[in-house]
Amino acid sequence: MLAALIVPVLARFRHELGYIIALAGVGLSSVASIWALAYVLDNGTMRYNLGGWAPPIGIEYVVDLIAAFVAVIVTSVASLVIIGTRRWADREAGDRLGSFYSLVMLLITGLVGMIVTGDLFNLFVFLEISSLAGYALIFLGGGRAMLAGFRYLILGSVGGSLYMLGVGFLYFSTGTLNMGETKEILTDEATARSVQAGAAFIFVGLGLKMALVPMHLWLPDAYTFAPSSVNTLIAPIMTKVGAYAMIRMFLSVFPDGYLKDIVPIADALLVLGLTGIIVGSVAAMSQKDIRRMLAYSSISQLAVIAVGLGLGTPLGLVAALLHIMNHAVMKSALFMAIASVRFTSGITQVADFAGTGRRMPFTMGAFTLGALAMVGIPPASGFFSKWYAVQAGIESNQWVVVFVVLASSLLTAVYLFRILESAYLHPLKPEPSHGDQHASGFGKTDLDMPAEVQIREAPLDMTIPTVLLGLATVVLGVFNAVIVINILEPGIV
Amino acid sequence: MTETTSSIMPLIAVLLPVGAALLVLLTGERYRNVRDSWSTIAAVVMVAVIASMLPDVLDGRVPQTTIIEMSPGIDIMLRADAAGMIFGLLASSLWVLASVYAVGYMRVEHEQRQTRFFVAYALSLGAAAGVAFSANLLTFVLFYELLTLVTFPLVTHRETASAIIAGRKYLAYTLFGGLMLIGGTAWVHMLGIDGTFVAGGLMADQNISKSTAWGLLTVLMVGVGVKSAVMPLHGWLPSAMVAPTPVSALLHAVAVVKAGVFGVVRMLMFVFGAELLREMNAWQFIAVLAAVTLITGSMLALRHDNLKRRLAYSTISHLSYIVLGVALLGPIALTGALLHIIGHGVTKITLFFVAGAINSHTHKENVSELDGIGRQMPITMGAFTLAALSMVGIPPFVLFTSKFYLGWGAAQVDQQVFMLVYLFSGVLAAGYLFPVIYRAFGKQSPDHPSYSEADLRMVGPLAITGLLALFLGIAPNLPFGFFDLAAEVARTSFGDGIPMTKGTE
Repeated sequence: MLAALIVPVLARFRHELGYIIALAGVGLSSVASIWALAYVLDNGTMRYNLGGWAPPIGIEYVVDLIAAFVAVIVTSVASLVIIGTRRWADREAGDRLGSFYSLVMLLITGLVGMIVTGDLFNLFVFLEISSLAGYALIFLGGGRAMLAGFRYLILGSVGGSLYMLGVGFLYFSTGTLNMGETKEILTDEATARSVQAGAAFIFVGLGLKMALVPMHLWLPDAYTFAPSSVNTLIAPIMTKVGAYAMIRMFLSVFPDGYLKDIVPIADALLVLGLTGIIVGSVAAMSQKDIRRMLAYSSISQLAVIAVGLGLGTPLGLVAALLHIMNHAVMKSALFMAIASVRFTSGITQVADFAGTGRRMPFTMGAFTLGALAMVGIPPASGFFSKWYAVQAGIESNQWVVVFVVLASSLLTAVYLFRILESAYLHPLKPEPSHGDQHASGFGKTDLDMPAEVQIREAPLDMTIPTVLLGLATVVLGVFNAVIVINILEPGIV
Repeated sequence: MTETTSSIMPLIAVLLPVGAALLVLLTGERYRNVRDSWSTIAAVVMVAVIASMLPDVLDGRVPQTTIIEMSPGIDIMLRADAAGMIFGLLASSLWVLASVYAVGYMRVEHEQRQTRFFVAYALSLGAAAGVAFSANLLTFVLFYELLTLVTFPLVTHRETASAIIAGRKYLAYTLFGGLMLIGGTAWVHMLGIDGTFVAGGLMADQNISKSTAWGLLTVLMVGVGVKSAVMPLHGWLPSAMVAPTPVSALLHAVAVVKAGVFGVVRMLMFVFGAELLREMNAWQFIAVLAAVTLITGSMLALRHDNLKRRLAYSTISHLSYIVLGVALLGPIALTGALLHIIGHGVTKITLFFVAGAINSHTHKENVSELDGIGRQMPITMGAFTLAALSMVGIPPFVLFTSKFYLGWGAAQVDQQVFMLVYLFSGVLAAGYLFPVIYRAFGKQSPDHPSYSEADLRMVGPLAITGLLALFLGIAPNLPFGFFDLAAEVARTSFGDGIPMTKGTE
């Protein structure tokens, strides 16, 4: 019953102002999620009835293993990101810092709410809370961000409405909004047309939120033009929660096998996911702006989650859930690193990354770890989600999946090694503000002695979270079996 | 029979170079003498650690470390069996010499970013030891991929445009190979087969269908075929010669490419097993592919004037000696193949050391420029001569011993054709190496240079490896019992001591 602690903690703070409170809120929420995870591991699923009303009538919060797992990821990553982007927020939000942090808190409240809710309509409410906060945060970027945010707003609202429409259809047939009860009722009368239509609407709505190809168009602009403090926060976690909601539909709303056998949503996810992996990676290769490149990379990586889910086997689900965690950690490491680089030197273009590896060894070290994890070099974490996805593909004789997932590693290597090559192997470009005397003629011949490159790291409170996230990719990879065996495998039964 | 004993030694062997890399990184450019001694110290300790496991391994007690469960039911496990010992001992003992040579070379050449270089150099040895001691497929994949990763900065070390292009090519080839291995490993596990290597083949009694076995064989062999540079997967190796010579010497003659052929040994002998490969009739395909590579590689070596490139093609050819030896599926051929791993490592590293010494001392890199160099650098060219004689297979050099076993092995399984291939390639090796010796000693240099050798830190190691090529031919069992180890692998792979009479049934 203490499960819903997470939500009130957030809710209490969300109207307050300032970094400390925001951090305290998310930090506490993170601690609460970890505690909840430990509790669920010992005692099984937690349930909490909001306002004391019993489930069919009142809103129920359910924290099972999966929910606790995703909540831990979202809140922990968010805490680190909030610490790391404080200076960006100071710079970008200016006098609107108060509203900035309220919006951040709203966003995270919405996301955590989506994770723990056991009610279809309540999920919509939290979805809209987080989305509205997201639009507003993107608008803070001004200029082109306005247009990007507006586009996101339109498409996001369409997604939300479609989801709501789908829930409405379900409600007609079942007369309940509670997830558990919906599942029970649907098990008895599964074939009704309205239920099928509802499932389709829900799929499209959540598909938009998780930027499934071809519903991804809002994402690149939103990530590119949003302020650094914002894209670093939303890129790792926001689409992940969309993916989580999709998994939730499979696990606890529709009866087992319903979305595979009766409505071919699993197949749709599979096909769109496979397309998305390729489209996202190929698009990422040709981007000049690194944020845009990472945005396309996100599309490709989310598609991996969709593929795992679309396979529909337990192993596929494990791959999808593990990839939610891995991608959240890797992507936040990458976004934090480029935010730090941009903070010290204003660099956003891939071509300008030359020499940054030497100037910012720790930041780019974290970037390298994140990149290797993304490519899927063992024992970094990204390897394992792909490993399970490949296994799941073989298990269900979907050789296309095996091929595409493996090929995506290679494609990922192409666009990420471009950065690494530039950062470590190309000489630092002369910077007017830096006044580097060695700059002229440096790098022309082999025998040049290395020019002294001054180390200019970002401030410590940016670097430390970045490095932590980078290291986390390796630690989570090494200990992935612990997570899979104890949390994911029992969680999806 | 063999049994396993729990021991931390294999893990220590893998971690030693990693520790050395950390120390190198922390010491940094300022105290470069201290920094550069770490590698040598670690290499010596590593040899001692691995050698300390030798008596046990020869007695049939295999030290094994289980580290952590990596995926449900699959552990990261290290095991120093006889095959792994061969590769581990070879890589670590040559690292001792290469670490000294590398210091000399890098200092004389004023190479940039030496700290990064030595960190990556040490890490690649760690990864190579990991490959050697991997006890199952997933662990093998892990270290195989890590080896790719840590050698990338070495290939691109000079940061020139050509180095970067070579690096890309290298990554593309090796990552592709790694992905094939990942796919194959996942496939093996999804068939419900435990991926732990078993002498004689872990898939031996699994009743898998023929098409599955063929699919797996293709995927896994392509995976290890990249690093063992079997045509048409060899393209990265000549390009990678753009790296500084210590890299070409240790990595592209020993650690990386030998990880590839060692992988071939693992896949064919420990995953599929001779029995299954014979049933599948698969060995002929591998053998023919290897034979083609063997001859073509030697032919291409004849055409190249650049000494390092010539050696690179020679490496491609000699790697296929080993692949072919394994594919013949006979105990004698396998013994020969394993001896060839050692012999070629010692011999080829000498040739590369020489090429590097000449290049750094006289800035000559083409064979046609080497007239009279033997008078100027007699020790260096003397070592080259020893190695060249070994390469061609003149008794009593080490590669004579291994080629003798390879040829005998081919005869044992009634494949005299491949014996001819071996002999012919030996002639070709004479064709691409002896002219160098002739130019060096028989011709006069236009500018009549006086005696001057390269830096002692380069000449010393290359003289030692040159003599080793002779010494190991006379006494292959000293100092590390290489012959016994090879025989032990052959014995366990083909049943207890029962000599194979006919290969094809």
